[in-house]
Amino acid sequence: MASDALTIKDKAAIVGLGETKYYKRGGAPQSEFRLACEAIMKAADDAGIAVTDIDGLASYADDRNEPIRMASALGLPELRLSNIFWSGGGGGVAGAVGNAAAAIAAGYAKYVCVFRSLAQGQFFRFGAAPAPKSVTGNAMYTLPYGMGTAAQMIALRTRRFMYENQVRQDTMAAVAMASYYHAQFNPRAVMYGRPLTREQYDNSRWIVEPFHLYDCCMENDGAAAVIMTSAERARDLKHKPAYVMAAAQGSSFRQGASAHNSPDYGTSNFKTLAPRLYEMAGITPADVDVAQCYENFTGAVVMAMVEHGFCAPEEVNDFCRFDNLTWPDGKLPINTSGGNLAECYVHGMELVLEAARQVRGTSTCQVRDCEVSLVVAGPAVPLVSDLILHG
Amino acid sequence: MAPEAVKSRYCLPAGMPMPDPARSASFHHGFWEAARRHELVVQRCRSCATFQFGPEEICHHCHGFDLYWDRVEPSGRIYSWERIWHPSFPVLKEACPYLVVLIELPQAGGTRMMGNLLGDARRDPPIGGKVDAVFEDHEEGFTLVQWRLTD
Repeated sequence: MASDALTIKDKAAIVGLGETKYYKRGGAPQSEFRLACEAIMKAADDAGIAVTDIDGLASYADDRNEPIRMASALGLPELRLSNIFWSGGGGGVAGAVGNAAAAIAAGYAKYVCVFRSLAQGQFFRFGAAPAPKSVTGNAMYTLPYGMGTAAQMIALRTRRFMYENQVRQDTMAAVAMASYYHAQFNPRAVMYGRPLTREQYDNSRWIVEPFHLYDCCMENDGAAAVIMTSAERARDLKHKPAYVMAAAQGSSFRQGASAHNSPDYGTSNFKTLAPRLYEMAGITPADVDVAQCYENFTGAVVMAMVEHGFCAPEEVNDFCRFDNLTWPDGKLPINTSGGNLAECYVHGMELVLEAARQVRGTSTCQVRDCEVSLVVAGPAVPLVSDLILHG
Repeated sequence: MAPEAVKSRYCLPAGMPMPDPARSASFHHGFWEAARRHELVVQRCRSCATFQFGPEEICHHCHGFDLYWDRVEPSGRIYSWERIWHPSFPVLKEACPYLVVLIELPQAGGTRMMGNLLGDARRDPPIGGKVDAVFEDHEEGFTLVQWRLTD
């Protein structure tokens, strides 16, 4: 790569991981803000720094816990970065980490905490769209027809992709079962001790065809956070750093066109982004050892597998088989903590922690000799992001 | 009229969110006025003739601001579809399952519109199948554009 190329490769690292206990929706006895505080304090402790060393805060998805309240509540001596990745969804989680890495590389802050907290019991439920009497603007072209939840939006894209590439239901079932399988090794997981059989998957109710209940992410309460710092500082801290090898964010041509008018439709929206990511990292898809691929819905994961170069579209039924996607012997183990489907839906922040654990060597489904660890954020939403960590 | 007939006057039950173009930006108005007249229109750029939907303030192709609503043949082809079983509003409980279709309009630059597919919701619609628009007048003063497979 030319020396003037835009890159943040190896300039920053994840050095601390913290999460609260994970709960079913409405199960957290604490408020969302308190969950965030707990995750941040745990992450600082894991990094071996004082909470008051944190001088930057970053999040995404319209997190309600604003950095200025957080910094004041935690008594941070000086806040040097207050950053949020625009857009309303989980497509921003890798982008928030990328923004933090860029800020560190640019010298804005020394220790940036990226966090996300969700108490879907305290606040509204995702997936249960409000029922207003009337709607204005772009929603007029969808909501009066009973179309508007995330599941409904991504099911329609998935159906088109399935049609174009003859994708079978088995392929999506394999993604769901891989997450549940990995969760059985992870005591943090909400679905720990609750394995999923193919029969249960097939017999589960439809939410919106082609998505069964188990194709859809959970609703949870919980918070997760990471501490990031420069590569130089990272070397002197407690744990093996997970260096940011590459980060990318963005969207392809008119993916945000309203009323589902993006010209490329049966897509997870990574066709322009993934090549940029690999170029920055200086690797090919074959070099990826493990992937955490945000499961909003399994169909979006299947599309993302193709668009990250793990298989050709016509090979996707063969690639996305349970044996291929699971630890320890699969070609590409995915969602090794259980992810959004079976660990905890912290809007994908739990996937970033798991990706870093894989680099450290501390996952409950630890991939042997893991070097390159990928995070795919929010496939099939209009604005998405990616992250690669390495040791 | 039998109670069943009253119930099935609209594809989805009464109580669904109603489009409110009057409170929306003015570049939305033309679509809903046309639907009321049982005409299908798509936003178009006077400078470069590009179609775009949903409507915007600017043409995404040439960046012209002079946009108008062009009347097009009220038909299209099924581009994608889904069958919805989980009611996202309480009012939808009795309507599930229902079909949502994404319709491509080849006569309007391949722009797409969404709607419900009328007919048997338990039959899988054919992708590529030809459909005609059905203008569903609501007594509150708006008209939805629904779709039906062409005979």
